[in-house]
Amino acid sequence: MTQDGVNQGRRRFLYIATGAVGAVGAVGVATPFVKSWFPSEKAKAIGAPVKVDLSSLRLGEMRVAEWRGKPIFIVRRTPEMIERLKGDTIKSRLSDPNSEVEQQPEFAKNDTRSLEEELLVIEGVCTHLGCSPKYVPAVEPQAYDANWQGGFFCPCHGSRFDLSGRVYSGVPAPTNLVVPPHKVEGNILTVGEVA
Amino acid sequence: MSTKNFKPAWLDWIDRRLPVTNAYEKHMSKYYAPKNFNFWYVFGLLAMIVFANQILTGIWLTMSYVPSAAEAFNSLEYIMRDVQMGWLIRYMHSTGASFFFLVVYLHMFRGVLYGSYQKPRELIWIFGMFVYLIMMAEGFMGYVLPWGQTSYWGAQVIISLFSAIPVVGEGLAEWIRGDFLISGITLNRFFALHVIALPLVLALLVVLHVLALHEVGSNNPEGIDIKKHVDKNGVPLDGVPFHPYFTVGKLPQVVLFLFVFCGVIFFMPEGGGYFLEHPNFEPANALKTPDHIAPTWYYGAFYSILRAIDFPILFIEAKLGGFMAMGAAIAILFVLPWLDRSPVRSWRYKGWMSKTAIILFAIAFAVLTYLGGQPVTALNGILAKIGTVIYFAFFLLMPFYTKWEKTKPVPERIPE
Repeated sequence: MTQDGVNQGRRRFLYIATGAVGAVGAVGVATPFVKSWFPSEKAKAIGAPVKVDLSSLRLGEMRVAEWRGKPIFIVRRTPEMIERLKGDTIKSRLSDPNSEVEQQPEFAKNDTRSLEEELLVIEGVCTHLGCSPKYVPAVEPQAYDANWQGGFFCPCHGSRFDLSGRVYSGVPAPTNLVVPPHKVEGNILTVGEVA
Repeated sequence: MSTKNFKPAWLDWIDRRLPVTNAYEKHMSKYYAPKNFNFWYVFGLLAMIVFANQILTGIWLTMSYVPSAAEAFNSLEYIMRDVQMGWLIRYMHSTGASFFFLVVYLHMFRGVLYGSYQKPRELIWIFGMFVYLIMMAEGFMGYVLPWGQTSYWGAQVIISLFSAIPVVGEGLAEWIRGDFLISGITLNRFFALHVIALPLVLALLVVLHVLALHEVGSNNPEGIDIKKHVDKNGVPLDGVPFHPYFTVGKLPQVVLFLFVFCGVIFFMPEGGGYFLEHPNFEPANALKTPDHIAPTWYYGAFYSILRAIDFPILFIEAKLGGFMAMGAAIAILFVLPWLDRSPVRSWRYKGWMSKTAIILFAIAFAVLTYLGGQPVTALNGILAKIGTVIYFAFFLLMPFYTKWEKTKPVPERIPE
């Protein structure tokens, strides 16, 4: 065989065409492997709403429920706590005091970030790297904050939140804690569903 | 040469079908290593030994471990208490993980000291860096398998790092987890990756690392090219056959290493909470984060760099900034061969600026590693920031100080 009979243009075309078909095939084959890593139908189904009976929840007490595998913090706040949440002592130190970032249903876009002022329902998942913050309600100086006004403290990287789950400025967490969709009927709280 | 060719018939039969003798000579008996190898040159060999230990003990652990959220923790207890000598196999594996990183860190530092990454050994360095990268993923996923508190929350934090990436981050983290939070689904896929996918890749990379090394030949503490002076058979005058001289010569160091390794396995397998962390003796609890979680010691430096960025940089928020800094700290290691502009390889012939830089870098890396396991305090925060600056300065300024400084002349032959 000599070089004379070779049609270089046709050869290049065949290379590219074969390569392109092969690439499409590779993407097709990769699809099931990539797709199988997304949350399965079963994992999605576990996201069904959960009901919590609040009749025994005392003032100032926090209870932890589980929804979609996440801890849900439920706190019945005292009138003093609510008063502080509305005051400037706290609000001036927050990064998003008016909940501008969409981390809550529309009904919770207020100082208490709740349906009823008293009742806080938030996801106990730090918006930094997903640790679960600690409930530290007392107003007293702490190692991480000399002027602590009560709230949530994340032990992993030191993020701080007030008793509405609003994030303080100058901590690693970028946004307020998430308020999950929820509704209250009498003493029954339903997380994962709005009225 | 041909007179001493007494080859058994069976070997001759094989050789005509598979080049066994050829490969043995190329990589062992006729691979010429520089005669001035010092103790820094044992760590590659030790890494191979630990790798073999991990594969062997890992296979045995798989026989008793149950990869499910409900059973994983119990099966670990079963291995530790009920399986005959299961405790030993498990401790060999967990201690092996820490020692794997220890010897690889020393192996890498050897490369920095003697410029082993310089031309023509760039590919060896890059394959080595991929080995290190896969090891980090392998170690991380292995740590999740016992399904204790550190397993769970460590995984939660590390995978959440990806959610810092704008737009696609949240979806990417969900894709890696296979769930909305870490769950048994995550555990199962980590098991698959840890026991088969990553070890396969690791083994392949080690082969490439060694093949590339044997193509260009080993560097040495003087940074001299021994192939420049060869005898009439093409054998480097300053070289000795890898086997038996290197292999047998390093035997005492290997034995010493095994003594230390066994000492830890038998007398302090938890490594004071650094090899196996205390909260990991509690089963994973998705509703409660332990008071203090820290990565295993071998990720400490990068974790410190992540935490050191606790302030926004221009329009980049702290969470993303920390993630980028950590990624950059690892990525910059890959381009090291192109940052060093020095005409000499070994630090023995480099100027005072390079020597100071290497020493400061080593100190900064050690301090950052230590801080990674400590809680954040005001002082630790400042130290981590200083360490981070030194870490990056070492690499980013390297093209300048290696070029400006005055180097010493490198001898033609290895000095006696």
